[in-house]
Amino acid sequence: MTENMLVAIGNVFDPASFLLMTLGVAGGIIVGALPGLTATMALALLVPFTFSMNAYASLMMLGGVYVGAMYGGCIAAILVNTPGTPASIATTFDGYPLTKKGKAEHALVTAAFSSGIGGVIGALILLFLSPPLAEAALKFGPPEYFWLSVFGLTIIATLSTGSMLKGLIGGAFGLLLSTVGISPIGGDMRFTFGFYQFQAGLELIVVLIGFFCIPEVLAMIEKKLGEQTITSYKPQKGVAKQVILELIKKPVLLIRSSLIGAFVGIVPGAGGNIASLMAYNEAVRFSKDKSKFGTGIIDGVAASEASNNAEVGGSLVPLLTLGIPGAAPAAVMLGALMIQGMRPGPELYTTYGDITYTFLFSFVLANIIMLVLGFYGSRHVARVINLPVSMLAPIVVFLTIIGSYAIRNNMLDVGMMVFFGLIGYITKKTGFTPGPIVLGLILGPIAENGLVQSMLMGQAAGSMFQVFFTRPISVVLIILCVISVALPVISSIRNRKGGASIA
Amino acid sequence: MKKIRFIAPIVILMIFALTAGGCGSSGGDNKTAEKYPTKPINYVIAFNAGGQSDIEARRQQPVLEKTLGQPITISYKPGGGGAVAWAELVNQKPDGYYMAGFNIPHIILQPLERKDSGYKTDQINPVAIFQKTIVGLAVPKNSPYNTLEDFINAAKAKPGSITIGGSGTNTGPHLYTLLLEKEAGIKLQYVPFTGAAPATQALLGGHTVAMAGNSDDLVKYPDKIKVLGMASPERFKALPDAPTMKEQGYDIQVSVDRGVAVPPGTDPAIVKQLEEAFMKIANDETIKAQMLKEGFEPVAMNAEQSRKYIEERTKVFTEIFNSLGQTQK
Repeated sequence: MTENMLVAIGNVFDPASFLLMTLGVAGGIIVGALPGLTATMALALLVPFTFSMNAYASLMMLGGVYVGAMYGGCIAAILVNTPGTPASIATTFDGYPLTKKGKAEHALVTAAFSSGIGGVIGALILLFLSPPLAEAALKFGPPEYFWLSVFGLTIIATLSTGSMLKGLIGGAFGLLLSTVGISPIGGDMRFTFGFYQFQAGLELIVVLIGFFCIPEVLAMIEKKLGEQTITSYKPQKGVAKQVILELIKKPVLLIRSSLIGAFVGIVPGAGGNIASLMAYNEAVRFSKDKSKFGTGIIDGVAASEASNNAEVGGSLVPLLTLGIPGAAPAAVMLGALMIQGMRPGPELYTTYGDITYTFLFSFVLANIIMLVLGFYGSRHVARVINLPVSMLAPIVVFLTIIGSYAIRNNMLDVGMMVFFGLIGYITKKTGFTPGPIVLGLILGPIAENGLVQSMLMGQAAGSMFQVFFTRPISVVLIILCVISVALPVISSIRNRKGGASIA
Repeated sequence: MKKIRFIAPIVILMIFALTAGGCGSSGGDNKTAEKYPTKPINYVIAFNAGGQSDIEARRQQPVLEKTLGQPITISYKPGGGGAVAWAELVNQKPDGYYMAGFNIPHIILQPLERKDSGYKTDQINPVAIFQKTIVGLAVPKNSPYNTLEDFINAAKAKPGSITIGGSGTNTGPHLYTLLLEKEAGIKLQYVPFTGAAPATQALLGGHTVAMAGNSDDLVKYPDKIKVLGMASPERFKALPDAPTMKEQGYDIQVSVDRGVAVPPGTDPAIVKQLEEAFMKIANDETIKAQMLKEGFEPVAMNAEQSRKYIEERTKVFTEIFNSLGQTQK
């Protein structure tokens, strides 16, 4: 093993491979920043080019793209409130308010630094703990997925700023939207209204662009008569240093968010979007001053970005040890491995140890390259918002249309994006936030699959109770759900009592 | 500011380059087949990037470009288990510049089970069929069942208590399960998953007792699973130790066949040209060897053979479907 590691360290610094990896990271950042273009697409486009490369260089480049794309998603999220990838949904919550305050660079540097930290933690977990964690991931069966998504839905409490009732309605609406298309079990058609295109269901990215971006563009235009730009950004000296010093003082936040991200990544099927929402939720839960979240503080951005980049390393854990991809981009990486003649499993660490460890080391390095690029790029990228609204709004609309078409090459998706954009605009005016709706849409299919598959398992076992309530991980998740729902209720009762005695 | 003005057009150009594949489908001109092809040809994948259909198309792409002398643009139109792409395919201009990968049994079962799948099986105009995966029955290495007989006996002892996972409803694995139940006179509990990866995960994690899976997945886990029966007429080359269902007395044949099709009404001369290009790849020894290693069975059916095969399969599947009471909801 040590021998392989030494070979690997030499390989990582091979100039040609290193250059390809850096290009991969940079290209990944651009793809990630553009809504509708995903890491999965970028990887699939690159795979044929790797046929003729050696295994080291090709895997290093693909890893770089994956890492870069995960970070790039934050750029559009912070600057124009549009998650470039679903994994950066939670980044919009505090990132965009920061931009509105003229602190875009603060947000971008925070994202670069926390992504780097999260990515390195995820990569280290991948490097040292893969086999035992992959075994643990297998313990996740349908009932666990069901309870995990129920636990995920308790995040609605955090996401509904203002009215809990509106948050719950939004969550239910999101769950309803997730049922459009062919039912995962039984194959029935639901809510397709006779359009064959709806068989495919609603694409998350399309709905995200609609709900998050269009209302903001409309708001920009509303304000246009008053001001020329949505906000202004003036480069200040020392912002980066100041932000990083501040973040270093919050190791618990960064490490907790990274561990949540890595854990969610290890569980196949739960991706970066769930990771970042959960990390954001826990950041709020453990914060002393909960009310500041959502108004534009770097903690929110840090939690989301640290976790979604830690998720990348996590998602490769079951891939390399078991051959089960933890997320869609990881599935493409599997294809690339097979083309190089490598089969996931123990032999990756023995027979192909030199290649595998090269890849794992390069993964750590790719995260550091990403940090450096993000760090120096932030102040230039932040200037985008200085464009006058008359230019910025059409560019953003143009990108959203291309993005929502590109994701599935489906024209109906563009119509859907506009439709949800208008709904988003109206709901925003009436005090609904998009967070709970999107959460319902993300978790709906996981909850439904888990529930129905568990029920089928229960039928076979002859006991529903046994399947749902007696499995150890399920029990832990149920307890977490109960705590998550009960804590706010208890604390609000306490506050009321406390308030009464003071009064 | 200057930098942004400079970067923006580059970014926009890049997006155009990336999406051009999807947009270029319309506006074909009606030139005669002699000159065909005069511009890039669209090759639509009905599934996600990085899936089996994509990997196959990527393998074909350079060879097709060389033979046809025009760029081949691969784009993805996933959704509805492929139905969205196929509905789109049958409504395209039949000018030879739009083709899509198709899968059997999908293109037969979808119109059977849904009213609004958006296409009919006979509208799929096949050019060639180039590979298949065989469906087989697998259990984990530590399972008490060592043979198909063990498995069937256990199912007979406790009807409905054995779970068998597989990818999707009305798919190859589902069909296999239905046929096994019918042939062996047993009752199993089929648990559909949203793909081969989660189905495998559930099998390895012990959440399901068995799995009906495609051969390209079964070859990936030699030290973790036992394959009890392959639904092919002869032993599958990449899994020589796995017995067939037929050897064990059950006449069950289920495979997922992959090919490529053009819109109905395409000039036969154009179909001929495309067919030749695809057959050249299908008969390439290096490519065939690669396919086998990955768990695919190389096939080389031309347009006429593909059409006959689809017709024959449609008859078989419709019969099975009707007898099992699975038809249109």
